[in-house]
Amino acid sequence: MIHTSKLTKTFTVKKEKIQAVKGVDIDVERGELVAFLGPNGAGKSTTLRMLTTLLAPTSGAARVAGVDVVADPAGVRSRIGYIGQGNGGGHSYRVIDELIMQGRFYGMNTTDARTRAEQLLKSLELEDLKKRTVIKLSGGQRRRMDVALGLMHSPTLLFLDEPSTGMDPQNRANLWEHIMRMRLEHGTTIVLTTHYLEEADTMSERVIVIDHGEIIADNTAGRLKSDLAGDLLAVEVSAAAAAKVRGLLGRAAAAGELEETAYDGVIRFRLRLPDGARLAPGLLKDMNDAGAPALRLELKPPTLDDVFLELTGRSLREGGKV
Amino acid sequence: MQLQQATAAGTAVRKPGLGRILQDTKYVFWREMLLVIRDPFSLIFSLVQPLVFLALFGPLLGAAVGAEAFGGESSLQWFLPGVVVMIALFGTSMTGSNLQYELMTGSYERILATPLSRSSLLIGRALKEWAPLVLQGLVIALASIPFGFVFYPLHVLFGLVVIGVFGIGLGALSYALALVTQGKEWVFWGVQQTLLFPLMILSGIMLPIEAGPRWMQVLSLFNPLTYMVNAERELFAGGLGSDTLWGVVAAVITAVVGLAVGVRVIKRSTL
Ligand SMILES: Nc1ncnc2c1ncn2[C@@H]1O[C@H](COP(=O)(O)OP(=O)(O)OP(=O)(O)O)[C@@H](O)[C@H]1O
Ligand SMILES: [Mg+2]
Repeated sequence: MIHTSKLTKTFTVKKEKIQAVKGVDIDVERGELVAFLGPNGAGKSTTLRMLTTLLAPTSGAARVAGVDVVADPAGVRSRIGYIGQGNGGGHSYRVIDELIMQGRFYGMNTTDARTRAEQLLKSLELEDLKKRTVIKLSGGQRRRMDVALGLMHSPTLLFLDEPSTGMDPQNRANLWEHIMRMRLEHGTTIVLTTHYLEEADTMSERVIVIDHGEIIADNTAGRLKSDLAGDLLAVEVSAAAAAKVRGLLGRAAAAGELEETAYDGVIRFRLRLPDGARLAPGLLKDMNDAGAPALRLELKPPTLDDVFLELTGRSLREGGKV
Repeated sequence: MQLQQATAAGTAVRKPGLGRILQDTKYVFWREMLLVIRDPFSLIFSLVQPLVFLALFGPLLGAAVGAEAFGGESSLQWFLPGVVVMIALFGTSMTGSNLQYELMTGSYERILATPLSRSSLLIGRALKEWAPLVLQGLVIALASIPFGFVFYPLHVLFGLVVIGVFGIGLGALSYALALVTQGKEWVFWGVQQTLLFPLMILSGIMLPIEAGPRWMQVLSLFNPLTYMVNAERELFAGGLGSDTLWGVVAAVITAVVGLAVGVRVIKRSTL
């Protein structure tokens, strides 16, 4: 459905070159659900804009829905749907009018467009707002309207740039229900970007991690986590026994990295333990045998943030350490 | 939350071509017109303005310049077509300003991502600024009849079409200007105002250019608006001759140049 090679975008602002996207290779098959994950300014929107013909690539090539974006941009546009990062509704327009016009833009007749608009308004819980002007909607309501606009023509390939940003948990769940249903019923191919780690983790099959305009990882969330991060194990022993297990834990830890903090005569070790759930019982037994029984133990499965931290040394979370 | 998909219209790939551009233009125009339809007050104001202008400026003009400057016609017969051109000028040169709002939100981007042809985006928006003119032109023409204005409906209608073609070109240029000055909205207004007034004065809309110095008359020959004003004057007086022909030529050239520039500017950054 999507194939890019060395896709690159360089912006020039006041003679300064900004390399927003640095030669990315992406392949997406029909029916896949792919999430781009990355911090602010990583190049997610820029990549999506190139794939949706809204930006001309500086170099490289991209085929979307079987069509080359540079050779036949109009062909690409008629085969895809796009929900951008900004609000798509015109400020002074009524919600229902914008939806119907959007359908008309894609060649639907007025009756079909109206029926479809009513369906979407209903399922996105915007029914009561259909005669409001866009400027009088709340942020989350506007975002839901954006989603409705993007779904009007039931595209077979849909791009969504941070679709759930600004929505409350209930509406976010509702949005995902929509997306999942579209996949299930119509085999829609979906490419989206998100900041929500849990969202990328639980909803998408495949996560493409992007940072500084480069793809730094591309796999299922499960594989990324098990390959790159491993479970986080925290184990406490008495200060007197610490020396007996330091070597043992160091050998078990990923890359031999062992973190150690002391308080109230207790030493707390923290380490990454790939496949930790399976290995932890054995490790506990070894500690017992060495004469240093664990006083406390915590085992946390890895998150995508751990993956990102592992890859870049930075956290994706708000105010993450650099 | 049962959601059935409607027709998979999005998958129907439409072929480019003139018919397609016309159809897309209709949609873009209609979307713009929804603003007027949902808020008809704006239209009422736009009708009052030219009437006030006509009522206040018309009598002064006759008194100040003297009837012989108008070739013996009533000053109203001479002045009214000028007002029509002026409304068209102000209206269509504002095309880009309405776009500015949509550029600031994601609305313009959303529309750019649809299959609408690029020239239809320009034409549809420009026509929206022109459309009220049809009503405005007819209303001020009718309102002027009691004051000695002779109304030739078919000629006036044709005149409005010609000015519409000119307006497409000017609207497209205004659209392009809004795109180029994106993020610096004041530049748009600066350029628009700086160009508008010399163009207007050098076309003889307000005062006959024949009364001015030679250099102004020469400059006016290079102003497409001059040909528009002359054509409208001929048409509004019930004539159909070389002035009209030149007006049509100037309108078509402006439209072609405007659209060429407009499409280029749209495609400069997007595909
Ligand atoms: N039109 C532009 N002109 C100049 N620089 C730009 C432009 N658009 C984006 N950039 C720059 O390109 C880089 C990538 O931006 P992009 O919008 O793709 O990031 P993103 O991953 O979508 O971030 P976010 O999560 O904040 O939406 C940033 O450094 C940004 O400042
Ligand atoms: Mg972005």
